[in-house]
This record gives sequence, C-alpha cells and structure tokens, in this order.
Amino acid sequence: MSSRDLILSRVRAAVAGAPDVPHTGPRAAPAAAGERTVELFAGRVADYRAVVHVVEPAEAAGAITAALARRAAERVVVPGGLPEEWAHAVRAHLGDGAVGDDPPLSAAELDAACGVVTGCAVGIAETGTIVLDTGPRQGRRALTLVPDYHLCLVRAGQIVPGVPEAVAALDPARPLTWISGPSATSDIELDRVEGVHGPRTLEVVVVR
Amino acid sequence: MSATFLGMPAFPRNAARAVGDSQLRFNLRKATRTIRGRRAAMVGEVPGWEELRAAGRQIKDHTLRHLDRYLLQLEEAVARAGGRVHWAADADEANRIVAGLVEATGETSVVKVKSMATQEIGLNEALAARGITAYETDLAELIVQLGDDLPSHILVPAIHRNRAEIREIFREKMAEWGRPAPEDLTDEPRALAEAARLHLRERFLSTKVAVSGANFMIAETGTLVVLESEGNGRMCLTLPETLISVVGIEKLLPTWQDLEVFLQLLPRSSTGERMNPYTSTWTGASEGQEFHLVLLDNGRTRVLADEVGRQALRCIRCSACLNVCPVYERVGGHAYGSVYPGPIGAILTPQLRGTDSGASAPPGGMPASAAPAPGGRMPASATAVSRGRMPASATAVSRGRMPASATAVSRGRMPASATAELDASLPYASSLCGACYEVCPVAIDIPEVLVHLRAKAPHPRAERLAMRAAGWVLDRPVRLARAQRLSGRLRRFVPRRLPGPAAAWTDTRDIPDIPAESFRDWWDRTDGGTR
Ligand code: SF4
Repeated sequence: MSSRDLILSRVRAAVAGAPDVPHTGPRAAPAAAGERTVELFAGRVADYRAVVHVVEPAEAAGAITAALARRAAERVVVPGGLPEEWAHAVRAHLGDGAVGDDPPLSAAELDAACGVVTGCAVGIAETGTIVLDTGPRQGRRALTLVPDYHLCLVRAGQIVPGVPEAVAALDPARPLTWISGPSATSDIELDRVEGVHGPRTLEVVVVR
Repeated sequence: MSATFLGMPAFPRNAARAVGDSQLRFNLRKATRTIRGRRAAMVGEVPGWEELRAAGRQIKDHTLRHLDRYLLQLEEAVARAGGRVHWAADADEANRIVAGLVEATGETSVVKVKSMATQEIGLNEALAARGITAYETDLAELIVQLGDDLPSHILVPAIHRNRAEIREIFREKMAEWGRPAPEDLTDEPRALAEAARLHLRERFLSTKVAVSGANFMIAETGTLVVLESEGNGRMCLTLPETLISVVGIEKLLPTWQDLEVFLQLLPRSSTGERMNPYTSTWTGASEGQEFHLVLLDNGRTRVLADEVGRQALRCIRCSACLNVCPVYERVGGHAYGSVYPGPIGAILTPQLRGTDSGASAPPGGMPASAAPAPGGRMPASATAVSRGRMPASATAVSRGRMPASATAVSRGRMPASATAELDASLPYASSLCGACYEVCPVAIDIPEVLVHLRAKAPHPRAERLAMRAAGWVLDRPVRLARAQRLSGRLRRFVPRRLPGPAAAWTDTRDIPDIPAESFRDWWDRTDGGTR
C-alpha cells in the first residue's frame, strides 16, 4: 500500500463512527467601512512603530519626495505599474537612482538598493496591516523584502475595516504578503525589537 | 541514563533539576509575564473573542472529522497550481523524501524557516547524515543551533536564554557557521538582532533550496500560510528556487474564508499582537519556484483515533498555554523532553509517540534513533559528537540547564523504554489548574485530556505510599502538632532526600524548609500576630 493510501485509510478508521460536526457558516457580521477607518488604520500602523502620513491626493508626490529626501536614499526600486504621478516623483528626485525591475534585478542588486516604493492591494484598519499581492504597483515579492526601506502608498479606498473583509477581498491564487509594521523579533526575552531580516523601516503614506 | 527508581516518571526528575536553576527560572518568569500581559490586552480588545474561539474550535473539529476528504481536495488543488504532493507515514519517510528532493537539486545546504514538524521528525540530523547542512534562520532557532542547545518553547525556542547568554553564544559560535559576530557586539537586543541580520544575509541571497513548515493549509485552494515576525520566513519562501514544505496533516482548513478566524486568533494569542509582522500565503509553484509539499502523519492518525485525545490536533501552536502554565514557568521547556513542551506537549507528545499507555514507541512515532553523520558539514549537535567533544547533552547538563534525558529524547537517542517512561510521566506535569484551557484559542480542554491520559498511565508506587503516610499525619490535629514540633526540633538533621521508598518522592520534589515553629504554635504564642 502506498503511504498515501495508508494515511487515508488510517484517517478513515480513526474517525469512523465519530459524530459529524458542521462547518460553521460565516461568523461576525462584516463591519461597515466607517468614517474613522482611515484614522484607525493610520493609528494602528503607527502602533507598530512604522512612520505614517495621511495626505490629500494632490500631496502624494510631495510626500514621496520628502520621505526619500529624509531617508537620503540614492537608489530606489520602482515596480512596474506604479501610478505615473508617483513614479515621476521618484524619478524627478533621484534621476538614474530610480531603478525598474525589468529585466528582473538580481538578489545582489536588490540588496544594493536603498529602498523600494510601492502601492498595495488592501489595507486593514483594525490591525494596521498592508497586504501586497504582487499585482500592479507592487511587483514581485523580493522587491519589498530585500531592500532595507519600504515606502508604501495606500489609497483610502483600499482600506477595509477588519481581517474578514480583507480575506474576502483577496485572491488566494496570487502570492500574498501581509505586512504589519517593520520586521521585528520577540525572540530575546520576549521583548519586541524592530528590524531583523525584512525592511527595518516601513513608511506608509495614506492617500485620502 | 541512570537507573530509574521505583518506576518514578522522568518528568519530575527533569523538573527538579530545572527548578534548581535560578537563571533559567528568572528568564522564564520575566518572559512569560511580559507575554501574558500583552496577550490579555490584545484579546480583551476583541469584543467577540469567545465566538471567534468557538468558531476556531468548530472549524478544526469539522476538518478533522472529514480529514480524508479535505486531504484529497488539498492534494488536487496543490497539483493544479503546479506543486507536487508527497505523503509521509512517519518521520523516517518524511526525512527520506526531503533529503531525496534536496539531492535532486544538486545542492548541499538548505535554509530553514522555524517549523515544529521538522523538529519533530529530526530533519536536520537526517539531512546531516546525508551530507546536507540545514541552516536555521529564525533568530531563536539560530541561538539554539549555534548554542548546540534544544528549543524550550514553541514560539520562542531560546526563551531560556537571556541577552547576556545570547551575546556570548554569538561571539563564540557565529564564526563556525559563517560570518562572525561583530567585534564590539553588546547585549542590546537591537545589536543582537543586527548581528543575526548580517550573519544570515549572504546565506539568504545565495541558498537555492528552502525547507519550511506551515501554520495552515487551505483544502479548497491549495494555499499554504506561514506567520512570522522577522522576515526570515519571507526570505526562505521567496528567494530560493526550490521550496519544500513539511506539514502535519492536521494543519488543514476547508476554505480560504476560514482563514479570517485563525488570522485573528493566532497573533493575539501567541505574540500578543494585533497581527504578526509578516504573513505569507502561496498556492503551488509561485513566481517560477519549484514547490513540494510533504504531508506528514507520524502518529497524528493515532491521536485522531482517541475520542478524548483527538482535540489536541486542533492546536495551532500559539504557545499561550505554555505562557500561563505555573508548571512550565518553573521548570521550562526542556523538562518535557520533546519539541512540544508545556501543557500542549504534555498531552500531544505521549499520544504522538504512542506511549500514552506505557507501551514502547512503535516505528510510526517520533524517531527512536538519529544516525550520526558519516561526513559533510554537520549541524553543531552532530559535529560535537563526531569530533569527540563532549556531546551536547553532557555539556548542557553540566551547565545545569538541561536534563540529559530530555536531550536524549528530543534528539531521539533514547531507548524506547525510557521514552515511554518519560511520556507516561508527562500527564502528571500539571496541577490541573485549568489556565491552559482558558487561554487556548481553539478551546482544547487540556485538563480533560490530561486526566484521560493519567488513567492510561502506570502510577508510581512511592507516590501512593507517601500520600497514604501524609494522610495519616494530616488526619489528626494532635498527631500533626506533635509531628510539627518534632520536625521543628530535628530540622537541622532533615536530609534533602528521604530514605527508603520515599526517596523517590524527594528525588522529584524539594523538601520545603521546616520552620523552627509551627504556624499553630506561632498563632497561639502571638495571638494571631497581635502580640
Ligand atoms: S493547545 Fe491551545 S493554547 Fe496551547 S499552543 Fe495549542 S492552540 Fe495554543
């Protein structure tokens, strides 16, 4: 008997005669996106010691430039599909220092970059989480992983109230990365310290 | 290992040593208190926590009841998305599959994301035996691997180490494994994290094969889910060309939407955060990667067959039960002699190994032997032995940190009979206070399972005798008063170890210091402390 058949037959023997347990239907009623969703999201992101700004659409480009200047970033990755207005802000500020990922950058090239500027797929207000799905504005997963600085732009309309709404909005066929603050560890005396292998600085610009 | 006395279980012996280690106790108390407070705050923030907990429990019970159906659904979905599914009935088979897959790539090293399942099957040792080096990348796992140590907590395997100890391990051992620690390394957690980042960076960027576990698998879509904090998980899941995930068959959830429940329950229960820094999900072969899923039984179907015990398979390894357990806080994780310590370990280990009824470990359980590696780069544990240095177990014991038996068991070097003895004692590693059940996000009634397993385990004779003697003294106030006064006068002569069959009792418990005056006498003399 193959191990597959063996395991399946062991499972069937183990649960034979056990009472059925129904699969629960959907739980708590989905929360409505309220007035305060943007403020809640910004506050919760900040709780992870990420840097957060909430700006009007007309201020987005300026916020990008200011952030890159503060960071003194010289080489920044710009994924394909980043809205032209945002990509232009990076190029205007850095010139040749704004690098695309086409053809794909090597791991070493990514490691040599100062940072990356992306959009996102979904923001979750309750937990201050950003979800990336490798779609347009975001690029492949390594882009937001290897460079030490991640500047992420979130449009207010992308923010959902809680985790259930986010799960419903996302496509599991795409590789997803849920990001809640900068890389951190609690492995030393269970104290949270920011900054291990992922980007040590996460800066979020919420565009109303 | 020394001869056992009157069949006294192994856990109490291990615990006695651990309790005597004040550094260990201090580290544990500090860490578990911090995390308990954070968890309580994060759970308190969710208004429908109890409903969420009930939903988590029900989804898991439903999945387990129909596990065969969901496993087949998962297999099909993973294959459809370009992944390959392998089935492993036991640890040896899983190790063989993974080693074969790594060899097929032509590589001789892999990077690893922290995974309980691969620890359970002794994968690192098995790979070393075939000349493949497994590099742990989780900070705590790195500390454990560099320190030639054993994990002592599900979530924070190096919880028994404080910052000063970690600094020493980094300074002494990093150079053996790769980039050395910075010259001026301090014991600041930030500096220690930075040292780990530098040490592993090049490794992440160049290693071609990664091995991971998973927190959840979704039957409907074939998606795997890994929650982590540091980004080492993302590195391993994203950069290598080949990804091999070893996952216990009980990690299934039926639908994608079910994840909403567990992504709320797990981070708040485990690290006490609204959300852990990084969660990765992927379905089959992503972004051109080659993906293999190894489905692991290794005793799980045996647990599933036990009507009471099967609820242990709901466990999502959050470690909340460890952090609230008064026994764990005092003895630490190593005394449990398994990769699964604490209350969950006390019910899971004996069942997984099939030693819950005192029987010797059958071949399907956790490995009974890990062959020493004939050559190639080996992990520290194996090298220490082959170089003729003191084996890890001896070093650890001489440091007073770990009992030899625990080391041997989790390394799989212990004879089956001794494993059985340890496992039989695990259901007693609890005061049945119920705190573990209260915090468990999937409502596993750990005390209920403990009592169930106790009924199956052999009872130590000395314990019964001592209980009877105590009953005779405590029964009569006069006898008690006389006994107390007598012992007060003779207290200087009380040995640390009682004679005869009672020795077994004191082997495993510290005799409390006997006060010069009994409480009753003190009460009479001072009129309840007023004089
Ligand atoms: S038994 Fe419950 S509390 Fe303990 S680790 Fe498992 S899920 Fe968490």
